[in-house]
Amino acid sequence: MRLAAREAMVGFQRAPMLSVLSITTIAFSLFAFGLFSLVALNLRTALQQVESRVEIRAFIGNEAAVEDVAEAMKVVGTYPEVSRVEYISAEQALERARTELAEFRDVFEAGVLPASIDVRLAEGHRDPTTVEAVAARIQALDVVEDARFGAEWVQKLYKIRNLATAAGVILGLAFATVAVIIIGATIRMAVMARAREISIMRLVGATDGFIRRPFLMEGFVKGVLGGILALVLTWIASIVISRYFIQTEFFDAKIALLGVLGGAVMGVVGSAVSVGRQIRKVT
Amino acid sequence: MIRFANVVKEYQRTGVALNDVSFFINKGEFVFLTGPSGAGKSSILKLIYMQELPTRGDVWVSGTKARGVKRKEIAMLRRKLGVVFQDFRLLEDRTVEANIAFALEVIDVPQDKIRSKVARLLGQVGLSSKATNFPSELSGGEQQRVAIARALANDPFVLVADEPTGNLDERATRGVFQLLRDINAAGTAVVMATHNLELVKRAEFRVLEINRGQVVFDSADEKKRKPELTP
Repeated sequence: MRLAAREAMVGFQRAPMLSVLSITTIAFSLFAFGLFSLVALNLRTALQQVESRVEIRAFIGNEAAVEDVAEAMKVVGTYPEVSRVEYISAEQALERARTELAEFRDVFEAGVLPASIDVRLAEGHRDPTTVEAVAARIQALDVVEDARFGAEWVQKLYKIRNLATAAGVILGLAFATVAVIIIGATIRMAVMARAREISIMRLVGATDGFIRRPFLMEGFVKGVLGGILALVLTWIASIVISRYFIQTEFFDAKIALLGVLGGAVMGVVGSAVSVGRQIRKVT
Repeated sequence: MIRFANVVKEYQRTGVALNDVSFFINKGEFVFLTGPSGAGKSSILKLIYMQELPTRGDVWVSGTKARGVKRKEIAMLRRKLGVVFQDFRLLEDRTVEANIAFALEVIDVPQDKIRSKVARLLGQVGLSSKATNFPSELSGGEQQRVAIARALANDPFVLVADEPTGNLDERATRGVFQLLRDINAAGTAVVMATHNLELVKRAEFRVLEINRGQVVFDSADEKKRKPELTP
């Protein structure tokens, strides 16, 4: 292991420009990925806020008995998907309509708006399918005349989020592929630069695994350095965006560590893909 | 110990290098491989340390069979044999002792063992005083001694030498050859390809003469002689 570490260091010293190039490409790939993730993260946070307002409004028939309404509320309250159940009387509905749509306050007369049960769903149960299913169950209750929810709206929100996630994954993979290819190319050059050493290693009985080791270690170190650089760049970008555009949220420590780890994986995978093939060319 | 059985070696670019070569080398033997350039001497050596594998026929080296050999097995075989070349193949950016230690490091020998081993090998080849020199600071003969010390690092059963004196003047040649004789006297077999017929004549070792990819003379087997083919 000590030899592998020393060989990896020698690799850095021998081709400093190449090493800097590798680190920079890893950093830029991860930076691009990081920027996108930052957008996705902030979008997700925004979506979560919007989502938390997703609710089902069940309108109560005028002739419904108070006990039946209370019973219905109790039943709905036991649904595992439901986080809160609230009764809105006809008077409260009128009051709310008048404040929310102030310019039409004279249009609303007592008795126009029915009483309702407003149901808020728990986190993790706000996807369109669940919302629809819960609404259907509420609709089936005797006291409920009609259950409404912003079906299209909820679905649209989800579509945006899925699109954002998909775009993030695709873009991330594309960048990762580029990084792996570039690392592979630098490994090829590094192997050529060290062909003499490798052929001597072979001659004295070093295994392929042993010959590979310093290159993988080099890839790992470059990946980690690239990851850290990308993290710093993303952090600076988020500060700039927060100051001049909109307040953004930065990754927590876990995600940041995952990013650096991603760099390490890219470095090792890029090296591993190339090194096996390359060292076989050296006899 | 080393056995060639009807070995044919064809290269994609240059065609047939060896054609139906068979011989046996015993434990502790000293064998010269002679013959003109391009006769196939290097091919035979490469087949011994399995840098090349036979196209037809088979090669056995210390229990390792060339047919169907795995890469890992080749690595393990090389730990049991030493190889030296005309051009020494030393690492120019490392000292003499680092060059020798390198051979032990890459097969994961512990550091404390490496140190004592390197000192002993340097003594054996007569270069104890040059341990911290770089190869470029040494004469050709001294560089070849370093290469031999490196080849001996694993206590090989055979030393394979491809024109080891080809780049050396007469005096250095004599010194290196004496070293190879000493190594052989200590029990290690030596297979040495050479152009130096003086050396071959003076020493009374077995001679395998190769021409156009075939063994045309084996001093251990006088019947092998085909006079029309020897120059």
